Amino acid sequence: MNEETKGLQPRLELRGITKIYPTVVANEDVNLKVYPGEIHAVLGENGAGKSTLMKIIYGVIKPDRGQVLWEGREVQVTRPAEARRLGVGMVFQHFSLFETLTVAQNIALGVDEPFDLDRLSKRIGEVSRRYGLPLDPQRLVHSLSVGERQRVEIVRCLLQEPRLLIMDEPTSVLTPQAVKKLFETLRRLAEEGCSILYISHKLEEIRELCHNATVMRGGRVTADADPRQETASSLARMMIGRELPVCEHSVSTAAGPVRLLISGLNRKSDDPFGTDLKDIHLEVRGGEIVGIAGISGNGQQELLVALSGEKPLDKRDSAAIKIDGVEAGHLNAAARRDLGLTFVPEERLGRGAVPPMSLSENTLLTGHRGGMVRFGLIKERKVRDFAEQCLRDFDVRCGGVQAAAKSLSGGNLQKFIVGREILQKPKVLIAAQPTWGVDVGAAAAIRQELIELRNSGLAVLVVSEELEELFEICDRIVVIAGGRLSPVTAAADTNMEEIGLWMSGLFPGDGERERSDAVADASSR
Amino acid sequence: MTETVIGILLATLGAGTPLVFAALGELVTEKSGVLNLGVEGMMIVGAVCGFAVAAESGNLWLGVMASVLAGTGMALVFGVLTLTFQSNQVAAGLALTIFGIGLSAYIGLDYTSVALTGIANIHIPVLSDIPVAGPLLFSLDPLLYCSFLMFAAIAYFLYRTKAGLLLRAIGESPESAVSLGYPVIAIRYLAVLFGGAMAGLAGAYLALVYTPLWVEAMTAGRGWIALALVVFATWRPGRVMVGAYLFGGVTIIQFHVQGFGVDIPSQLLSMLPYLATIVVLVLISRDINAIRLNAPASLGKAYHPSV
Ligand SMILES: Nc1ncnc2c1ncn2[C@@H]1O[C@H](COP(=O)(O)OP(=O)(O)O)[C@@H](O)[C@H]1O
Ligand SMILES: [Mg+2]
Repeated sequence: MNEETKGLQPRLELRGITKIYPTVVANEDVNLKVYPGEIHAVLGENGAGKSTLMKIIYGVIKPDRGQVLWEGREVQVTRPAEARRLGVGMVFQHFSLFETLTVAQNIALGVDEPFDLDRLSKRIGEVSRRYGLPLDPQRLVHSLSVGERQRVEIVRCLLQEPRLLIMDEPTSVLTPQAVKKLFETLRRLAEEGCSILYISHKLEEIRELCHNATVMRGGRVTADADPRQETASSLARMMIGRELPVCEHSVSTAAGPVRLLISGLNRKSDDPFGTDLKDIHLEVRGGEIVGIAGISGNGQQELLVALSGEKPLDKRDSAAIKIDGVEAGHLNAAARRDLGLTFVPEERLGRGAVPPMSLSENTLLTGHRGGMVRFGLIKERKVRDFAEQCLRDFDVRCGGVQAAAKSLSGGNLQKFIVGREILQKPKVLIAAQPTWGVDVGAAAAIRQELIELRNSGLAVLVVSEELEELFEICDRIVVIAGGRLSPVTAAADTNMEEIGLWMSGLFPGDGERERSDAVADASSR
Repeated sequence: MTETVIGILLATLGAGTPLVFAALGELVTEKSGVLNLGVEGMMIVGAVCGFAVAAESGNLWLGVMASVLAGTGMALVFGVLTLTFQSNQVAAGLALTIFGIGLSAYIGLDYTSVALTGIANIHIPVLSDIPVAGPLLFSLDPLLYCSFLMFAAIAYFLYRTKAGLLLRAIGESPESAVSLGYPVIAIRYLAVLFGGAMAGLAGAYLALVYTPLWVEAMTAGRGWIALALVVFATWRPGRVMVGAYLFGGVTIIQFHVQGFGVDIPSQLLSMLPYLATIVVLVLISRDINAIRLNAPASLGKAYHPSV
């Protein structure tokens, strides 16, 4: 407890909260106090149990043991409606919104009051003006950007005049500028006396915003600290038990030949709620990592399925994608892999690996080219050797090659998938969100692996929402917004502010685009 | 001439009404995200139970109640299988239909040669005697009025009430609804049971009004058409009504054509209503945006909230 809060009664107190899932103890004997007007951080890695704890406070999940005290009184919160009645509001990590309904309808479902959409729309207008969170109540949610969706969730909470607001990883989907605005709103709420539980694994944010921090690791509280007094590295030690691992990154040496060339790629999205790709130009050379930044939903999915070959282009557009100089737009995923392209998708389970099958069976998924199959028969030995090498070389921690893919943690499965692709000696690697949901240690290992691939001459294209990650590993960065690509810039020549601005769609127009494709065309011939 | 037209219109209403009941019920079920392919089975069990009870008791309205209960009971079996035990909805629905057809044949053994006088049309003095409007509006059978009421009530419920909004929301994202604290499974149960009750009513209409007798497999695939109607009507009640009466209309017209002795095999003509309904609905519902906005995104997927 620090000076400001001494003697006050906590608004919320948790005592000995424990939640046990069949496979894991998500929360173990967790104690926590939040005071009025306090912005309290809950800091921890992926899987530390933060979301579980918040859902317990909000009454979505029932704890197995422990007490919840609200303003000194013990309460049993068994349903979110009860939490809302106490004055708890929650903005979920995975939004709890309905895409085909309007903003007002969505909000109506999350507030406990008589159903009157007209009146509600007026109040939404008032609250959003008061806190500077512009929202049109009549818009359908699917047409909103991620930042706007978060606004819907926040306004939904604010309408109830909450006394405790829970924000679960709110900034993972925002541009740096939007984060600043969010912080202003949160500070203002705190000044008005609202308590805020702020969940994050981003150390700098917490140091900037929060008055107090509870650090969690493996379901337990490992420390209580005042983040303003701590350094990022001391917080990291509390969070993961050691220093934050950093990648060794050197500036890319001479760029090699163009391995992947995208020129004039246009495509309408199959999904009516999707984003159309408009005139995409990009080249990736051997020996460099190009990063595509952007807020999710700006065309990343559409671009990735076009590049991976999951949805090949029309025959007449086949020149829009060239792999190592060969027109590949019309080719399917298998044919593109034959040309030396590999793809690590965002969804590890289901798209990158078959969840119930063993790792050794999963190597066959993309590795069958390397002589693992003869006359339609599987050569078990070869498959197993390959899988074993993959586990060894990439430090995959698991129960061996017979372990089911779904039994691995996110980080280990990702290392396995990246390893499987790398061992096939590709020329181009495309990775989508390579460290999404991966613990800090594994994330650093994966980033290091990507850098080493680059050093060995591979062309690497990374699509990520994490700006820090892109700045850590990329040689060049480009932004995707509304289905368009910004100009490409050397990572060293730009900064997060500028990229953040570009992410909101404000980037210099086509006139200033690097006309690199003309050069590239010449060199690939 | 007006006589014939009025006759055709009335017959169209009659032929379309079982579909109205069954399809509107299935629409509510599907809007909650549950796909119940057992409509045909629920409908035919509803038909036979209604007929048997009416025949035994001599009371047609007891028969209607029996149909509703039978349909609801069948739906309850489906609900327990898919909502409580999380079994596959497609498999459970198909099984329910096969089971229903068998069960109805068994229950109906003793009733195949029984004749009943069906539920009579109402007669309102003065109003029913107005030319044209009288027979078309004021002297229909009570269940037909009931189907109009159901349509209005369902449309109002879905698009004007918070409960209806919630039902649609659950069909789109049960995960979100659970995090807001709504009892998804309980609400889905209600939707499934309602669908069953409506399928039972459809059966009652067939066996107690439309053709007041029991014939094995008398639903003749109407349950399947009702399912198709819901999909091709892009889950909108108004379009379900259009589709149902279109089906009814073509059924009646092809009867008349057969009656004139046109030289087309009657089997082909009997196909016509099914074909016409699906073709027309496919044509009017090609707008992919409208489908995405109205189709329940979680349709057919098992969901169990973990707490
Ligand atoms: N419904 C569930 N069933 C089983 N395990 C779960 C469930 N929800 C979360 N877990 C597990 O509990 C742990 C904590 O998860 P979570 O609270 O989401 O962590 P965080 O939000 O800190 O990333 C993880 O290991 C996760 O796999
Ligand atoms: Mg979480």
